[in-house]
Amino acid sequence: MIGLLGRWMVLAALATAASGAVLGLTAARRSAGALQWTRRLAYAFALLMAGANLLMEYALLTHDFSVGYVAQVGSRASPTWVTIVSLWSSLEGSILFWGLILGAYVAGATFWMRRKHLEAQPWILGVMLACGVFFAFLIAGPANPFHTLANPPMDGPGPNALLQNHILMVAHPPMLYLGYVGMTVPFAVAAAALFTGRLGADLLRTLRLSLLVPWAFLSIGIVLGGWWAYEVLGWGGYWAWDPVENASLLPWLTATAAIHSAMVVERRKILSGWTTTLVLATFLLTILGTFMTRSGVFNSVHSFTQSDIGPTFLAFLGMALLFSVFLLAARIGHLEGQGRIEDPKSRESTFLLNNLLFVMITFTVLLGTVFPLIVEAVQHRQISVGEPYFNRMAVPLGVAVLFLMGVGPALPWGKVSWRKLWAAVLPPAAGGLLLLSIGVALGARAPSLLVTLFCGGYTLWVTVDAMILPLRRGDLGRSLAVMFTAGRRRLGGYVIHLGVAAILIAVAVSSVGKVTTEATLRRGGAAALGPYTLVYQGSSTATDPHRTSTIAHVDVLKDGTKVASLSPRMNHYFTMREPVGTPAVLSTLKEDLYLSVMSIDQGGEVLGLRAFINPMVIWIWIGTAVLALGALLSIVPAGRHAAATSRRKEPAPAPPPAPAPEAGLAVRSSEEGTA
Amino acid sequence: MSATRNSKRMKAFAVVALAIAGGAFAFIALGGLGESLVYYWDASEMKAAGDKAIGATIRLGGQVVPGSIRFDEGTSNLAFQVTDGKEKVDVRSVGVPPQMFRENIGVIVEGTLTKAGHFESHRLMVSHGNEYQAPHDLEDLDTHQLMKTADGVSPEEVAR
Repeated sequence: MIGLLGRWMVLAALATAASGAVLGLTAARRSAGALQWTRRLAYAFALLMAGANLLMEYALLTHDFSVGYVAQVGSRASPTWVTIVSLWSSLEGSILFWGLILGAYVAGATFWMRRKHLEAQPWILGVMLACGVFFAFLIAGPANPFHTLANPPMDGPGPNALLQNHILMVAHPPMLYLGYVGMTVPFAVAAAALFTGRLGADLLRTLRLSLLVPWAFLSIGIVLGGWWAYEVLGWGGYWAWDPVENASLLPWLTATAAIHSAMVVERRKILSGWTTTLVLATFLLTILGTFMTRSGVFNSVHSFTQSDIGPTFLAFLGMALLFSVFLLAARIGHLEGQGRIEDPKSRESTFLLNNLLFVMITFTVLLGTVFPLIVEAVQHRQISVGEPYFNRMAVPLGVAVLFLMGVGPALPWGKVSWRKLWAAVLPPAAGGLLLLSIGVALGARAPSLLVTLFCGGYTLWVTVDAMILPLRRGDLGRSLAVMFTAGRRRLGGYVIHLGVAAILIAVAVSSVGKVTTEATLRRGGAAALGPYTLVYQGSSTATDPHRTSTIAHVDVLKDGTKVASLSPRMNHYFTMREPVGTPAVLSTLKEDLYLSVMSIDQGGEVLGLRAFINPMVIWIWIGTAVLALGALLSIVPAGRHAAATSRRKEPAPAPPPAPAPEAGLAVRSSEEGTA
Repeated sequence: MSATRNSKRMKAFAVVALAIAGGAFAFIALGGLGESLVYYWDASEMKAAGDKAIGATIRLGGQVVPGSIRFDEGTSNLAFQVTDGKEKVDVRSVGVPPQMFRENIGVIVEGTLTKAGHFESHRLMVSHGNEYQAPHDLEDLDTHQLMKTADGVSPEEVAR
């Protein structure tokens, strides 16, 4: 019954999206009435998708095993939270969930444009709904979660044990999806800019916002994925250049580049065509990433069972790629900019360098990720690309990005004299040297780490300096108010930089300074880990409805005194053949103590233990929280009135033609103008 | 007039410079790629590769030979044999084996073949996955399918 109803809803969504796409791309461009109808169809698509998802949740919660997907992932023994998140724990459900989020974005974008972009809107709606057609088709056909079972089972196996093992499973997939799916909106906006041949200030603002929102979710989603791996998989790390990780990173890289090049469009009226190219590439990379992770070409916790969606995805990827290439080839000439870069020493030229670096990193990661697929397809040999390749290629580029994050904001816009250049870039070196000496004092010796520390310190100095710049202008109260109102977008940008710098420094420190040991311990036995001694005290067992766990109790001693007691465990899920460990992590600002059970016998007599000291890992999560805050700050004012108010409050325009909606930056350039 | 010609020359110069830099970068990337390839082989394929296999990073898949496991608790030295049904390879590693590690189970070891003829592993993965069951009949052992099932969720990462 529910299966049938759900299927009809999905089919209705497919019909709605199809008619909306056709209407949007044809009649709505000429008639206001047709545009109205397109908008209604967009809302209807969102509602139908939401309805189908609600229905599936209902089926999951009521354990209706006649619904195919429920029989596949449901289990009466699962806790309620696991049952709820089962929606995205396997292929069919996650594609359905994709539909929900796509619907939400489509509805949000439609609402946002209710009095805007009359020329571009039909294109935007049409392209978004065309993507909706594809996903509704997937849900209706190749990945149908609503197929009805003639002989429903009494109980199901429950989702993959690895996915039940940590609460982050609640947050990581939705965040990543909000990032991935959201890239559909900027794709549609960029395509509309190409179709209409115009990327005006207003549409550019929409493009920037529509990029920033999914970018922020994607950033959080990627880090949560790393955090999940760290807390669940038990190998002591958070990133392994695994294809599924790379798949999430690729669109992030191009989206980051696009956000920065959009600022150059805003400032200098150049790079419009390039920015739209980056946005189109971002969307294509999300589809490529979904294809790679979902179709089973790479096996991982994300690939679930073999499925038929591979060819469908490949076809969609091919169509989207052809569409993008032809659109760019035919229309990019219309977006040629009128401005130019006046000085290679200026801030805008560092944006070009930023784009170059991000494209290089994207190319590197894409090559290393796709190469094994090509070799297997052509030569039928199985290979993979090892971590050394990624580390050797991406680490220097990452350090360059870190340094550029400092140099760029230090430089003024427009024409820059050599004297001014040195005055801007030299003082922050103090910050670099400061962090470098702290690192050396604490024992850092690896050259790559030392370079990273210097660049990180440099960037932190510039970033903090730029953040507090408005405060140095007289009246503290008013400056603070301006900082959080008109200057909020600018502040948000720097807060994001602060978070990213913290993440990059923490990644460098934690990968260079890792200490690890493995030992087989009998009850009462001890092993050394850096300055600590680990003593195995024995084990206990715990039983839940869906699993039993053997919990090892390990005391951590330093200089003979107990500093902590950690309890890593080994879980046996009743529906799984093999046990799954849960590591115990003790996080402090300085370092993480990370214990993982490799093996433990029935009575807990012998424990195979793996232990790590991972320095500064917590700063990755803290940095991400800072990044999220920064994103929030810079997204919110881009909303309603901020752009308008900041323009009104803007002081007399600075000498170069810089119509800056960023009040703070205008403050800075006018200050420099008078200096 | 001369300004536009100048900017045109600048543009041409920039394009050429970018092309050269891009080419050099692609060259470096492809070179680095070639050096970091990991080959997915079973014991027969590795033997067939002969001396070429020595020193290369290899992911060796197969089944643990019954009675071949030697583990020293004190030093965490682990030795066992991996087979694809035809050839056997001696594998040595340092570290505690995972819980599921036992005779006859499908494993993937990553490491290098030494001149002495044994396989020095720095990563040991037990085949997981609900779809794939290690076959008991060695004739049916598909090592490449096995390697796919252990990919991705690699619980092993010994710091290098």
